[in-house]
Amino acid sequence: MSLDPATVRRIAKLARIRVEEDQLSQLQAELNGILGWIEQLNEVDVEGVEPLTGGAQMALRLREDVVNDGGIVEQVLANAPDRAGDFYAVPKVVE
Amino acid sequence: MFDLTLAGARAALRRREFSARELTTVYLGAVEALNPQLNAFITVTPELALQHADAADAALARGEAGNLTGIPLAIKDLFCTAGVRTTAGSRILSPFVPPYESTVTAHLLRDGAVFLGKTNLDEFAMGSSNMTSAFGPVTNPWARRGSNVPLVPGGSSGGSAAAVAARLALGATATDTGGSIRQPASFCGIAGIKPTYGRCSRWGIVAFASSLDQAGPVARTVEDCAIMLGSMAGHDPKDSTSADRPVPDFAAACKRGVKGLRIGVPREYRSDDMPPEIEALWQQGLAWLREAGAQTVDVSLPHTKYGLATYYIVAPAEASSNLARYDGVRFGARTEGADLTEMYENTRAAGFGAEVRRRVLIGTYVLSAGYYDAYYLRAQKIRALILRDFTEVFATVDALVTPTAPSAAFAQGERMDDPVKMYLNDVFTVPANMSGIPGLSVPAGLDPDGLPLGLQVLGKPFDEETVFAVGAALERAAGVTAIPAIRAGGPGR
Repeated sequence: MSLDPATVRRIAKLARIRVEEDQLSQLQAELNGILGWIEQLNEVDVEGVEPLTGGAQMALRLREDVVNDGGIVEQVLANAPDRAGDFYAVPKVVE
Repeated sequence: MFDLTLAGARAALRRREFSARELTTVYLGAVEALNPQLNAFITVTPELALQHADAADAALARGEAGNLTGIPLAIKDLFCTAGVRTTAGSRILSPFVPPYESTVTAHLLRDGAVFLGKTNLDEFAMGSSNMTSAFGPVTNPWARRGSNVPLVPGGSSGGSAAAVAARLALGATATDTGGSIRQPASFCGIAGIKPTYGRCSRWGIVAFASSLDQAGPVARTVEDCAIMLGSMAGHDPKDSTSADRPVPDFAAACKRGVKGLRIGVPREYRSDDMPPEIEALWQQGLAWLREAGAQTVDVSLPHTKYGLATYYIVAPAEASSNLARYDGVRFGARTEGADLTEMYENTRAAGFGAEVRRRVLIGTYVLSAGYYDAYYLRAQKIRALILRDFTEVFATVDALVTPTAPSAAFAQGERMDDPVKMYLNDVFTVPANMSGIPGLSVPAGLDPDGLPLGLQVLGKPFDEETVFAVGAALERAAGVTAIPAIRAGGPGR
């Protein structure tokens, strides 16, 4: 399966990464190189195999549904590129 | 002081032959002298190190030495350290100062360690050469005989491995998602273990691929790794995949020997294009183990050849999801745009390097509507087959021994033209991440150019003790005495 320029543009949009038009063909070639190499997996018979989702061969634990942290607004906001009072600030979304 | 192992320095500190402050001062001096050449550290924290050292001296004076009291360590810049900038080797995190400490580094501090600073790495731990760091490449302290061409230290934990090999720290933390502890350990002539998935908490480690990421130590000897892992490991309620199991005495396991052990030799790890010196070292390693009383048996892991391609679906998929958090809103660098979407797109275009961008795009594609089953679901099924291979083999053997990497360290800038060529570095290491089993790289010999080569020991889940026993036996038999050209206490600078 080979990606065309429109698909590369669409993926970049989904991933929210701006890609300049003049970078598109190189990126397309690189991605197709990787996907072409991955094609070898099609020769594996996976009929009836249960997918393995995690790295741990164990059930995930659940914790008590209680508040055990919080009240640290300054720490949470300390790395914000922009803030307004106790909130993160972003470019205007609603006119 | 630079030829001491971690175990040796610990004993000397306890005997009060020198103070933690003296030891730390000497190591800080070495970092200052050699880091301009190696670029192994992104951030050096001399004041913090001396504070830790003074606390260690006070503890030693009270007779309250912990497992690592007074030992100078380097911390991969993927572990969040409270109040100390943590970049993950990325422009997008270059302004990030975590308000909290990762569980693994908190464990090391609890046990008295001294942190010298934060080490360089491939951006977000994505790479096998340290060439993708936004903070520049790391130079391997080793060079080919009669050459001064700068070589890569491997990756992604290249800064940690280079720092330890050059004797700028007695040990370092590292992480391994597809080989990022073991391959740089092999390239830099040191030991490094990726423990079983779940052995070390992932809390506070910048996430790459959460079902594969695992922290571990690199150090100059197998025993030193065992000592460090003893502190790093342990259950953490803040990581739901952290294993609630007691931490064994890993250092004691190094002395067990291999008498009576059955060592598997997976035939699928052999290929026609394997360099003859690596094949020869592998055979030599197996002969050493037989001489030490182990039995070697040929085994088969039929899905080995698909491990790497499977990895390059699973890891980018998880990365595309994990890295969605870098949006210029809550932390990290922001690049403004006309509206919110444009701000996101500009922030991520400016903040991510080429390899990270490639992997996020591949991950986004394989998870996208219409392609999920063909790529991601299929990869998860093959992952189950890879685990099944190991489970079946471990019913008949105690450990496996293979080469760590298909080559010795290569030159900076080599293998950069084709991403897939770079990915092939991890062909022998990736299966352990896919299956969650522990893997150790131990320095076992030199190639014809005088560069170090490692052998890999793979073990059953949560049986790091056998892995350490086999690794220590290989290390004793190999008796590698070669040392890198660039090192603290060495000739020149």
